[in-house]
Formats: sequence, C-alpha cells, structure tokens
Amino acid sequence: MKILVCISKSPDTTAKIAFTDNNTKFDANGVQWIINPYDEWFALVRAIELKEADPTTVIHLVTVGGVDVEPIIRKALALGGDEAARVNVDSQDSFYIASQIAEVAKQGAYDIIFTGKETIDYNGSSIGGMVAELLDLPYVALATHFELKGTTAIITREIEGGEEIAEVALPVTVSCQKGMAEARIPNMRGIMAARSKPMKVIEPIAADTLTSIVDFGLPLVKAGVKLVPADHVEELVRLLHEEAKAI
Amino acid sequence: MSVLVFIDTAEGHVKKASLEVLSYGAKVAEQLGTTVEGVVLGTVSEDLAALGKYGVRKIHHVKDGALDHLDAQVYAGVIAQVVNASGASLIIFSNNVDGKAIAPRLSVRLKAGLVSGAVALPDTSNGCVVKKNVFSGKAFANIAVKTEIKIISLSPNAYKIIAGEGTAEVVPFTATVGTPKVKVTSVVKASGEVPLTEAEIVVSAGRGLKGPENWGMVEELAKVLHAALACSRPVADAHWRPHNEHVGQTGIAIAPNLYIAIGISGAIQHLAGVNRSKVIVVINKDPEAPFFKAADYGIVGDAFEIIPKFTEAVKKLKGMV
Ligand SMILES: Cc1cc2nc3c(=O)[nH]c(=O)nc-3n(C[C@H](O)[C@H](O)[C@H](O)COP(=O)(O)OP(=O)(O)OC[C@H]3O[C@@H](n4cnc5c(N)ncnc54)[C@H](O)[C@@H]3O)c2cc1C
Ligand SMILES: Nc1ncnc2c1ncn2[C@@H]1O[C@H](COP(=O)(O)O)[C@@H](O)[C@H]1O
Repeated sequence: MKILVCISKSPDTTAKIAFTDNNTKFDANGVQWIINPYDEWFALVRAIELKEADPTTVIHLVTVGGVDVEPIIRKALALGGDEAARVNVDSQDSFYIASQIAEVAKQGAYDIIFTGKETIDYNGSSIGGMVAELLDLPYVALATHFELKGTTAIITREIEGGEEIAEVALPVTVSCQKGMAEARIPNMRGIMAARSKPMKVIEPIAADTLTSIVDFGLPLVKAGVKLVPADHVEELVRLLHEEAKAI
Repeated sequence: MSVLVFIDTAEGHVKKASLEVLSYGAKVAEQLGTTVEGVVLGTVSEDLAALGKYGVRKIHHVKDGALDHLDAQVYAGVIAQVVNASGASLIIFSNNVDGKAIAPRLSVRLKAGLVSGAVALPDTSNGCVVKKNVFSGKAFANIAVKTEIKIISLSPNAYKIIAGEGTAEVVPFTATVGTPKVKVTSVVKASGEVPLTEAEIVVSAGRGLKGPENWGMVEELAKVLHAALACSRPVADAHWRPHNEHVGQTGIAIAPNLYIAIGISGAIQHLAGVNRSKVIVVINKDPEAPFFKAADYGIVGDAFEIIPKFTEAVKKLKGMV
C-alpha cells in the first residue's frame, strides 16, 4: 500500500491576523507556523494507523512551498511519514498547487491520496478535488472514517445532518476531517528518526494560475454586547424577537 | 453567456442551500444582464418548475438513476456537458458538502477559476472579483477570477433566499453518465433533527455544562427554538456529544442567523467556526469570558438556572404554554 499525504503549513490557530503592502499580503511577522491541523491530525495520523496495521505500507508526504515549510515537513516526518517531497514554489492559487501535487502523485503511483479538509488560512477545500480530477481518480470529500478491506476503501463522509458510507476500489483521493483519527504528538524516537529521512526538493512544473488575490480585509468589529440581567431571561427573548428579529 | 446554478438535492428533495444559490444566481444574472438556468441530477420527488419563483427560467434535469448518489467524478462530467450545451460562463454551487466535492473537479475539467466560500455578490464592474472568508472567518479576501468560465461556490447562509413569482421550464437533458466508482452503501441520517450547517438557529454548549447528563435541558431549548445542536471541541473530544456537533476551526464552520453559546469560554479556535453568525448570544457565569467580546447579547449567570427559564420564555413567546 502506498499513501501520499498532502501537507500544508498554516499560521498557529491563535496567530494575530494582519496584512501588509496595502492589504495585499498576510503579515507573517512573529507568526508561528504549524502543520495545517486537518493534514496533521486526520490525514497523516490515519495514514500512520494504516501503516501500523500493515507494516508494508509506505507513507510519502508532499508539500508545495518555499524553504520555510521545511520545519513543518520535518515534524510530519517525526510523526511517522517515511519520506517527503517539497515542490519549491510559493503559490496561493489552488489549481497551480494541485497541478504540482498531481505531478508528484503521478510519479509515485499511490493507492491512496489523503488531503486535509481545508487549509485554515485560505479555506479553499479545493486541492483534493482538483488533484483527483487531474489524475482522473475518484474523490470523497469530508471523510470522517476510512477503512480498508483488501483493495477496497470503505469511507464515511459527512452529509447534511448525517453520514454516508461508500465503497471505492483503490486508488482513491480523500479529504479528511475530524473522526478519521485522534491527534498525536511526535515522540523523541520519531524526532531523531526524522532527521535522516529523505526530503527531496523538486522544482515546479509549468502550470497556470486561474485566480489571484486582489486584497484582504478584516471584518467589522461588533458594536458591543448588550447584557441582560440573569433574572430577566424573558427580556432577552423579547430582544431576540423584537429587536434582532432572530426568533 | 448565462449563469448556471447547480441545484443540490438529498433523497429527491431540493436542499435549502440550493434556494440560496438560486437567489444569488438570479441576482448575479441580473447584474450581468443575462439569464439564470439550473441543473439537477438524479431522481427528484419535487416540482422543479416551482423553483421559478427564485428567478431561474430553465432547469436542465438529468434523470439518470446512477446520479441518485454523489460521485463527484461522474457529477463533474455530467455538469460539464450541461455547461457546454448551455454556453454558461458562470457556474454557481453552494459551498456545502456536495459543492466542496464537485466544484474543484469541474474547475479543473473546464479550466475555470474557482472561488470557494463566497460571502457576497461578485464585483463584475471590471472582470470578476469575489469576496470570500479566509483565516476561518477572521478576515476576508477579494479574489479575481482570470478565466473565461468562472465558478463560484457560495457559503451556506451567506445570501438571503429571495422568493418572487414565476415558474421554470424543466427540460430533460440527456447526458453521457459515467459509471460511479463511489458506491454508496448506506446513509445514516439523524432523523427529525435540523442539519447543523443548514440551521437558522443553533444552540451550542461547552464544558460549562459539566457532563453529558446535563444536555437534556440544552436539547429542550433547541427543540422549542427549532434549532440544531452544536458543542465546543473538548465536549466532543470527551464524547459527551457526537463529533458532528463540534464547531470551530477544526470542526464545522457555521453561519446561522442566531448562535446561542452556553458555558463556552469563546476561545479563538471556537470563534473561528461561528463568528459569521448574524446574532450571537452568550450565556456564561464568568463576566470576563472572552466570548462576550464577540456577542451581541449576553447574560452573566449560571447556565443551569438560565436554560430552563430561556426555554419557558420561548414557549411563552410562541404561545406554546
Ligand atoms: C489547534 C487547535 C484547534 C482547536 N479547534 C477548536 C475548535 O474547532 N472548536 C472548539 O470549540 N475549540 C477548539 N480548540 C480548543 C479551544 O482552544 C478551547 O480549549 C475550547 O474551545 C474550550 O471549550 P469550552 O469553552 O467548552 O471549555 P472551557 O474553556 O473550559 O470553558 C468553559 C466555560 O464555561 C463557563 N461555565 C462554567 N460553568 C458554568 C455555568 N454553570 N454556567 C455558565 N457558564 C459556565 C466558564 O466560565 C467557561 O467560560 C482548539 C484548540 C487548538 C489548540
Ligand atoms: N501548498 C500545499 N502543499 C501541499 N498540500 C497542500 C497545499 N495546500 C493545500 N494542500 C492540501 O490540500 C488540502 C486542502 O487545501 P485547500 O484546498 O487549500 O483548503 C489541505 O488540507 C492540504 O492537505
């Protein structure tokens, strides 16, 4: 079994969000970078669990990004990837990134490609579907469970107000979210082992960008909370009905 | 050059999210001086012509039973055929569970730039620039789509449903339908409940509730409000509540009309999933709880006393007692 896990970096979940250069660039000053939580907790850890169940499994990691992503990829290797490839280019266009990942995937003939549900900075939830289309593979988005029965994957995905279970013959591309696995922390042995695991640097292939970011902005701040005394709950309900027109 | 809206269905019924995209599509079409058409895949048990009241004039219906369950690969192939036949240059999805699976594939297939999670009408005065949330609702970005054919997927609850008059012409569309590789074997629906991502009102509770045995009163409040239930991450992690109720940065992102947060501190990761709610009510015994800063209305007090009173007051308002 060969698994490719797509790893992206994202700002720490508590990072202050600000912009520079006339609001055209994210202000990365002082920002701590982490592995995008969906990629780490759900995609990567599920891949590791599959390897634990079948030690012949190989886990490759791929990331598209500049040299500053390397600490993130090292951490992912420490958790349990076997080797990593970094496509040496920064881009914010999903199609461009997906084209790079698809190229790496083509070389590796993977049985399973895992992505996170979305990046918590750009929130595209697009890369997985794009990679699948580029490779002409089936795609299940927003998976909450993934099991293997031979070469068939049994995948549960979120639907409105419930879940749907489907069977797909491998190879398959899956975007992962909560439910797939439980978060882990790397141990010392893993961290040591990661130092000697291969990390290839690949130059990007030519690909189009279909979108571009014009600028960013911050949402308007709320006017402030209107407090209602604890013994006047019916007053809150009146406000919600008459003023906010919410109930 | 028309606008094409993907009308998403579940078990033969048109989803509420589809009414949002139809209303949005009609407005964009008006802005562009063109018309809006729709596409529906699979068996439908509703009168599609009635969707005309949301502004759609023509609906392409591909009735093939192989489309009764989502296989994004097959769906994208069929929708691409409808796009080609109708000459649509802007395709609109809901950024819901199905839109997230199909739109990226269609984007590649048609080489059409995609903006996912739009929160406003596109600016078409000079090209096509779409506003979307980024950094989990902590900021927004304006994205320019550079390709001739464009795809927008609209955030659920970001655009109001506008119903007027009219009926749509429903035309059967014969497409080459691929064989689904994703074979759906079962659908587990939490019956009778309001789906979280579609809910107008969400009642959410956190660790302040102390334990799963105390959720009865939260459920009661949700019931009288016809609301969906949600919870904070530690609550789902401790298995007090199912994980599909976990909202936040690493859970589900929601944008209901009304979000009622009870015994939740308001950590930044929690807010990231709920900060697009129109009205936020916070009930917390700690006046310093960060959530109050993001709230519109609040009560400082003990959840165990306030929730039953809240339920009673709503019942009274609705004439239920
Ligand atoms: C990378 C990362 C991602 C995360 N993602 C998420 C996410 O997606 N969603 C999420 O929710 N969290 C997430 N978290 C966790 C988040 O940081 C908080 O720890 C969590 O939201 C706290 O949950 P809580 O408010 O229920 O509990 P607490 O922080 O323990 O707060 C409980 C609150 O209840 C109040 N309270 C206690 N008793 C009562 C009472 N009787 N009546 C009224 N109020 C009472 C207290 O004053 C307190 O404010 C994430 C954390 C990290 C590091
Ligand atoms: N630059 C990147 N390199 C590798 N994988 C990525 C990159 N960007 C996104 N991904 C993967 O695609 C998923 C969805 O990203 P997005 O479509 O941007 O929300 C992420 O959770 C990652 O698994």
